[in-house]
Amino acid sequence: MYQHIAVDDEARVAPVLPQSKLPARPGMLARVGSVILSNRKALVGVIILAAIVVTAVFAPVLAPYDPNATVGPPGAPPSHAFWLGTTSQGQDILSQLIWGSRETLIIGIVAGLAATMLAVLIGVSAAYLGGVADNLLSSVTDIFLVIPALPLMIVIAAYARGGGMWVLIGVIAITGWSFGARQLRPQALSLRNREFLESARVRGENSAYVIVFEVLPNMVSLIVAIFLGAALYAILAAAGLQFIGLGNPSDLSWGTMLYWGENNEALMTGSPLWIVAPGTCIALLGASVAFINYAVDELANPSLRGARRKRAKK
Amino acid sequence: MTIIVRRLWFFLITVWAALTLNFILPRMMPGSPTAALMARYKGRLNPAAINALQAAFGLRTHESLPQQYVDYLNNTIHGNFGLSVTFFPSKVSTVVLQALPWTLFLAGTTTIIAFVLGTFIGMVVAWRRGGVVDGVLTPGFVVLSTIPYFWLGLICIYVFSISHSWLPMGFGYDENSNISLSWSFIQQVAVHALLPALTIIITAIGGWILTMRNNMIGTLSEDYVRMARAKGLAPLRIMVLYAGRNAILPNLTGFAMALGFVVSGLLLTEMVFTYPGIGYLFLQAVDNEDYPLMQALFLFVTLTVLVAILLADVVNAVLDPRTRSRE
Repeated sequence: MYQHIAVDDEARVAPVLPQSKLPARPGMLARVGSVILSNRKALVGVIILAAIVVTAVFAPVLAPYDPNATVGPPGAPPSHAFWLGTTSQGQDILSQLIWGSRETLIIGIVAGLAATMLAVLIGVSAAYLGGVADNLLSSVTDIFLVIPALPLMIVIAAYARGGGMWVLIGVIAITGWSFGARQLRPQALSLRNREFLESARVRGENSAYVIVFEVLPNMVSLIVAIFLGAALYAILAAAGLQFIGLGNPSDLSWGTMLYWGENNEALMTGSPLWIVAPGTCIALLGASVAFINYAVDELANPSLRGARRKRAKK
Repeated sequence: MTIIVRRLWFFLITVWAALTLNFILPRMMPGSPTAALMARYKGRLNPAAINALQAAFGLRTHESLPQQYVDYLNNTIHGNFGLSVTFFPSKVSTVVLQALPWTLFLAGTTTIIAFVLGTFIGMVVAWRRGGVVDGVLTPGFVVLSTIPYFWLGLICIYVFSISHSWLPMGFGYDENSNISLSWSFIQQVAVHALLPALTIIITAIGGWILTMRNNMIGTLSEDYVRMARAKGLAPLRIMVLYAGRNAILPNLTGFAMALGFVVSGLLLTEMVFTYPGIGYLFLQAVDNEDYPLMQALFLFVTLTVLVAILLADVVNAVLDPRTRSRE
């Protein structure tokens, strides 16, 4: 019976097997690179994301003006001097957009990482510990999964008013981990009885070692997918919270740009770009992450791949 | 029916968890916001109301925490959420109950439309996988589903209300009319709901399409589909009744997970359109630091979502015999 389960489990985690079959394992980076190049969606996603990251890193060089200074007439339309026009305070919208990419990206990455770490910690522990601990952790996961996130985020962020970026990151991580934990638990569970874990245990390794060095490396593709999902969630949630004024409005990010644009009735007063531009950037960033995530999904689940037909023809 | 009983248990535990979160949050935060709130109430409230607020926010320091917890649960179960700061002498419960029908109406119609349309499109896209429809629609909806709801709402307002004034830009009905059941009022409600509903449907539909597509790709490779093909059944029949029908079930289970996202987007959309529902109320509560209202709203939204999930579970149990036979 025990053996039967083990065999069954082996079949279920099949997608991780092929890498061990490769004669000489090419570098991880090379493999990821070739996958990205062969998948058009992933390629588009990576290009957009890279462009945004480059913009954020080189903001001081790229931005034509100081984003917070009054550099032109209020509410100016796009012109040669101000490509996207100016705000009602005469700030350059393009410069704000370039500088604002920084906080938006940082929130996406840090909150996404934090949520992923929580998900791994809780999902894998639940599977590995089993018994009462599993029941408890799984219930907590299910509860956080169904409690609507936005109202909870609003309440917490409202109490910690003015806390700025780190409050947002904390709030997003607390509400964003459950989806990943829910996906990780069954996969970790299916790895639990595999022979290489048994041999590690027989060698006398402790649980922490087994989890970190034996279990986690076999779940890399799922963890990457979870991180991308969490980062996407973080970007959209942060934009929403900042839009309703729960970030620190004096920070510069795409979400706070939307907040100021809306509060100054940018759409009514003829400077729609103040709202259109940061919103488009958020959508582009979100889409790039979603495209990469989609490609990772196809990688982990071969049945979704469109390329199968081509191979069959060969 | 054991599955329903188990779901009921989960329902109760989650309600308790939400209630407890609501109790813990104000007590965990540095005391200043609620103390400031109480200072603002001074001289305006009768002692009973002050008492209820103090119980809700943990300002009765002479009472032990368990005693506070019991008081809080008692007040909440009796619908006693205190008074709203924003709509001052109104009770929080009255304010919330006035807004709830608007949100339920908007959420119900949009969720059903998005689910039906999305499931159908997902079915077609999977059936024609690798074709032009799949190549255009699928990435198109990936992009659409990452657009922030509220931003799409703003753009809709700009295009349809400000540039062209085809549709009203906000609120649930014309400003000067009273709520009634007359034909003209119903028309107003429909016209005002059009833009928010459109916004929600456009952004929500992508998720349904993608999950349905993935499920459907799974069922299409099943033996019974090959058998149906071999029998020479009409393609439409195979698509809908054989592959589609079985792919819908996991989509329905996914409903519970998706609902949280849908509700979040819905609340933000209401804020943009100043639609007189829960979301707009939330925005007003945030603007006025109206903590009693905010916390009651959190509870109401959670409760509504849980009821919807419970309903989805019941539907699932009715449709899928496997969930019934499982112990």
